[in-house]
Amino acid sequence: MMAGRLHYLVFAVWVLALATTPFWATNYVVRLAIMIAMYTSLTLSWNFIGGFTGYPSFSTAAFFGLGCYAGALSQRAGVPMVLAWAVATLFVGAFATALGAIILRLRGHYFAIGSIGVVEVVRLVVSSWGSFTGGGDGLNLPLLSGGPNAVARIFLAVMLVIMVVVFIVTVLVDRSRLGFGLRCIQQNEDAADMVGVDTTRYKVIAYTLSALFCGTVGAAYASWTGYIDTNDSFSMIMTIKVPVMCLLGGPGTVLGPVIGTAAFTLLEEVFWANFLDYNRAILGAVIVILIFFLPGGLLALSYRDVIARLARPLRRQKVST
Amino acid sequence: MSATILVVDRVSRHFGGIQAVDDVSFALKEGEIAALIGPNGAGKTTLVNMMTGVHHASEGHIRFQGRDVTGQRPFEAARRGIARTFQIVQPFPRMTVVENVAAGALFGGSHASVADAMAAAREQLEFMGLAAFADRPASALTLAGRKRLELAKSMAMQPKVLLLDEVNAGLNASEIDGALRLIRQIAERGVTILIIEHLMKVVLSLASRVLVLHHGQLIAEGSAHDIVQDKRVIEAYLGEKFARRVAAERAHG
Repeated sequence: MMAGRLHYLVFAVWVLALATTPFWATNYVVRLAIMIAMYTSLTLSWNFIGGFTGYPSFSTAAFFGLGCYAGALSQRAGVPMVLAWAVATLFVGAFATALGAIILRLRGHYFAIGSIGVVEVVRLVVSSWGSFTGGGDGLNLPLLSGGPNAVARIFLAVMLVIMVVVFIVTVLVDRSRLGFGLRCIQQNEDAADMVGVDTTRYKVIAYTLSALFCGTVGAAYASWTGYIDTNDSFSMIMTIKVPVMCLLGGPGTVLGPVIGTAAFTLLEEVFWANFLDYNRAILGAVIVILIFFLPGGLLALSYRDVIARLARPLRRQKVST
Repeated sequence: MSATILVVDRVSRHFGGIQAVDDVSFALKEGEIAALIGPNGAGKTTLVNMMTGVHHASEGHIRFQGRDVTGQRPFEAARRGIARTFQIVQPFPRMTVVENVAAGALFGGSHASVADAMAAAREQLEFMGLAAFADRPASALTLAGRKRLELAKSMAMQPKVLLLDEVNAGLNASEIDGALRLIRQIAERGVTILIIEHLMKVVLSLASRVLVLHHGQLIAEGSAHDIVQDKRVIEAYLGEKFARRVAAERAHG
């Protein structure tokens, strides 16, 4: 299923809309745009392993958190900021390659549990190794000069650049031999093996791709906020939210993760603003309903059917008058 | 007449205490159609699994084109040119028929790009008589269609040896005739074929050589004509009734 030009256009318009928020919206909305860009990168990353390959990974927070710490520690050691992000990216990529070679032997539910365990193990190691990582005290980072508005604009640009890069990588993978092989694995791993797909290598590549940019995003996030601790960096909520966003939009597609992240974040905002007490419960119910009735995600909806159904009562009215 | 391409040399395999394949040796000659028969549980599929790297032999060796491939992995077997179809069909259900075949051409064959593989897949579907279904999802095919798709997928890998694990099981008489024609056409392209079959009609009309497996052991090997008269084979697999009928047909014809 290759994405058409329409999908690229939608993406371009969306990036433009997010990029221009500082000119037409409040600081709150700008912050929201940064978070959307950040989560879109994470969701697009997850899509490589969870969407294309069909391996339900819950390691996102481990990669993000390690990116935070790798970036922060590099910066504190005197590495320039952008270089520190590169260091974090490579470090997290290498970590995922080594880890993937071990836990990708597991399939299905076992892989899911193994991958969620990784988050906890890494969090515990980082929080216990206080002499190096600051432990429970967290780490401070050098703040960028300029006011909060200027800093927000810089990090909005940074997060958008990362998001566009991950999107381009997704498009390339989608059209390549690699993407084809990953889809074969997703649908029938034994048959993929039999037609000559080196399944182990492909899965490790997908897992590494799913980690790489989480590392970049983590490091950039650390530089943005200026302070990180283990609870914020290795958050269980993040590790669950990211797959839900992708499933909501349409796993294994190019645009699905982008749409899912946008829809989820906006829903979260609506419920947060209107139902202060019950917002989490309502959001949970919405997720359950969406996943039950839209197993292929929002992108799998046949919009023609929806429009036809909505138009039906109108037409009936016309006939009766 | 021609060289051996695949050699199974004193191969055994046990699962726990069960001896699935016990000291089996045979060789496939380039370009021939051989058949492997035997009762259920005789170890036929295990043998195929060992030739394609799904299972590894507990003892013995498998050589392909003179090279020891005993410890190979399935994708390596596929790339070397040992293709197989499954007894239970294994399509990629949410891909179209042509994409299924393209997977074989892309990873097992020699096509580097997705576009080349898709073109090769369309050609293959033409040859297999599946061109009309190219853009339907694989899950929409009938059983006969899916079996044929399996065959097309394997052929797209440009194999040198093709192992057909019960490609005719579950098909009706006319579908079987179609499959037989197809297998003959594939053999004419120079592909060495080993068919694993229960249908003696298929075996007798296709195979120049028959191997009989029973309780994991090779109990007979020879021309189809000799095999149906072999006492041990009749006892273990064919049954007296079948042997008498074949003998009667021979006497008449």
